[in-house]
Amino acid sequence: MAAYDEMFGADGAFADGASRAVYGELKLWMDAASPEFFDARRRQAELFFRRIGITFAVGGEAEASERLIPFDIVPRILSGGEWRKLERGLIQRAKALNAFLCDIYGPGECIKAGVIPAELVYQNSQYRVEMTRIPPPHGVFVHISGTDLVRTGEDDFYVLEDNARTPSGVSYMLENREVMMRLFPELFARHRIAPVETYTDGLLSTLKSVAPVFAEGDPTAVVLTPGPFNSAFYEHSFLADKMGVELVEGSDLFVQDCRVHMRTTEGPRQVDVIYRRIDDDFLDPLVFRPDSAIGVPGLMSVYEAGRVTIVNAPGAGVADDKAVYSYMPEIIRFFTGEEPILKTVPTWRCREPDSLAYVLEHLPELVVKEVNGSGGYGMLVGPTASKAEIEAFAAKLKGDPTGFIAQPTLALSTCPTFVEKGLAPRHVDLRPFVLTGADGVRVTPGGLTRVALTEGSLVVNSSQGGGTKDTWVLDD
Amino acid sequence: MRIRIVYDTRYAYETPARAVAQVLRLTPRSNDGQYVAHWCVELDIDEAAPCGEDAFGNVTHTFFTTKPLSHLTITVSGVVETADTHGLLSGVIEPLAPDVFLRETALTTMDDDMRAFADGIAGAASRDRLTLLHDLLAATHADVTFDTASTNVATSAVEAFALRRGVCQDLTHIYIACARHLGIPARYVSGHLVKLDGDVEQQAGHAWAEALVPGLGWIGFDVANGVCPSETHVRVATGFDYLSAAPVRGSRIGGGTEHLSVKLAVADLAQRQMQTSD
Repeated sequence: MAAYDEMFGADGAFADGASRAVYGELKLWMDAASPEFFDARRRQAELFFRRIGITFAVGGEAEASERLIPFDIVPRILSGGEWRKLERGLIQRAKALNAFLCDIYGPGECIKAGVIPAELVYQNSQYRVEMTRIPPPHGVFVHISGTDLVRTGEDDFYVLEDNARTPSGVSYMLENREVMMRLFPELFARHRIAPVETYTDGLLSTLKSVAPVFAEGDPTAVVLTPGPFNSAFYEHSFLADKMGVELVEGSDLFVQDCRVHMRTTEGPRQVDVIYRRIDDDFLDPLVFRPDSAIGVPGLMSVYEAGRVTIVNAPGAGVADDKAVYSYMPEIIRFFTGEEPILKTVPTWRCREPDSLAYVLEHLPELVVKEVNGSGGYGMLVGPTASKAEIEAFAAKLKGDPTGFIAQPTLALSTCPTFVEKGLAPRHVDLRPFVLTGADGVRVTPGGLTRVALTEGSLVVNSSQGGGTKDTWVLDD
Repeated sequence: MRIRIVYDTRYAYETPARAVAQVLRLTPRSNDGQYVAHWCVELDIDEAAPCGEDAFGNVTHTFFTTKPLSHLTITVSGVVETADTHGLLSGVIEPLAPDVFLRETALTTMDDDMRAFADGIAGAASRDRLTLLHDLLAATHADVTFDTASTNVATSAVEAFALRRGVCQDLTHIYIACARHLGIPARYVSGHLVKLDGDVEQQAGHAWAEALVPGLGWIGFDVANGVCPSETHVRVATGFDYLSAAPVRGSRIGGGTEHLSVKLAVADLAQRQMQTSD
């Protein structure tokens, strides 16, 4: 099946290689430039990224390697009209997710009403019973989310997954824009492109807005990182730097007198908001994993006392479980009373025997994912898998059906991308970043466009060799 | 039965430990089968240990100290009056949806061997849940030998079952894992047991399981003894497994090797004068 192309639309939509209107100006400019010019710019781009030092450590390889995520200089462009619809959908989804989480840790109305089966919530390993006693400050569970969207047609955007734990990639969105502005200032003069640089200001405002009600004066926020060995450490330090807040590890924080303090050269300083980039399991060895050496002992007791805010709230992971995802249309209707604006991919829950039977029969056409997986690991892309891979996966699936969901293989849209042989269409997705604070919801125009660099590949994850592009929302 | 409990937990650190933080789940609550007449938790350091409650409804005491400690003693003493309820638990506030007790935890995982064991007991014949739970109790008690030498606090149900050996904690984990596998919400209880053979001094606290039977509620199953808890049992804390109901959970920086010594005396006051060994 031919994929929708971001620049050229559906197959043969325009005569003589003309592009969609939104790409018109870019196409003219690109046609006028020489291949040598682009080669030079691509080398420059790589140099910029090396100098910035933006790297991503790839797990699962023998030698821990840090490498650049490939950057493609052809931007992905959305029209203002397209974006406004996406933005409304994202805000609706963020509100529904927060209402859902408040409900499942509180009265459980959506379970009583049969919107979602109890077992998917209560038996979910991400359901943190501790949160039944702790209403998060200002009722926000998911302050920062990165929703993965894919496009299959002119008006068809699907949500692929909600990343409600600690979504990463926002530093690439910001760096990509900076590099593009340095490389192609003339393009920014010829287009009116919505800025993304405001993200970090918005993030800091969001963090401060959810400070405990007891916080005095200007709340102190920190970024809590597992340390330099984490794959996203660059992003942690980048965000702390841009916000002008401290980047801390667990050992820099301690609990005393029911407050969290950080050690500084000028003595202890109280911390009000912790933007943590470590998983729930490692937050507090007194409550979660006792062997965690990267958390803060006693953190949860201060949190329960309402004297510190943890961002995102512990237990938010239930919302990005892939089996819960399949109930999102019902969850949105139940909590907002509206029809979902963004589409949800039809999902077979392998926990249901009928679905499992269907999935096993149709493995070559489906994408099968672990309900708790991320990073594109542990998934099967039926159409590109070998017979042996499919057979091995079928055995895995039969062994633990509740651990998997399956979806039809979507024809992800493509976007022209520079590869060895020149420009060629490659599949892309889009991860916009949504901030939810006590002061409202902020969505940065655009987001991170990820591109699968291998021809025909649908796996865009950076950990699997995907690249990124700058994403433009035109101010039209 | 009027039961007196004196429970000393003493930590000695090789070198002074810093930033010692602990959460204690050492305080029982009253319910229809037990009345806590008197209870006291004391520390030998100058820190407040405010009382709180955890997600399971357990009473907690939490403390932090920044002073270096070479040793730390937690002394618990109290009197509880108990009545035999034939294992039936009532008069307890249940803060959580029972379905949360169907989840597998790291200490209560299953393997094929255990699944075969549990499914074998469940059999083909449809029985009521209570009978099934009693059969599971008898089978676990019979198949797994009580042995204090082969497991430790971090041993999982799968590991203990492979050995067919363990202490009350392991037997309880095996029982809970099997019950959950059979679709029955089950949880861990830590507590104390009066030994009817007259041994007042004990090496460690006791543990048993509770499983949910519709219409009856939570019912206790003491796997180590193959019986339902009676007036000899004092229920202290509950959770998914040992870890979430642990009497003491702590963290510290430094301190080197930790030497833990426990002095526990559980006595039926009607039977004898309390023996204090200090």
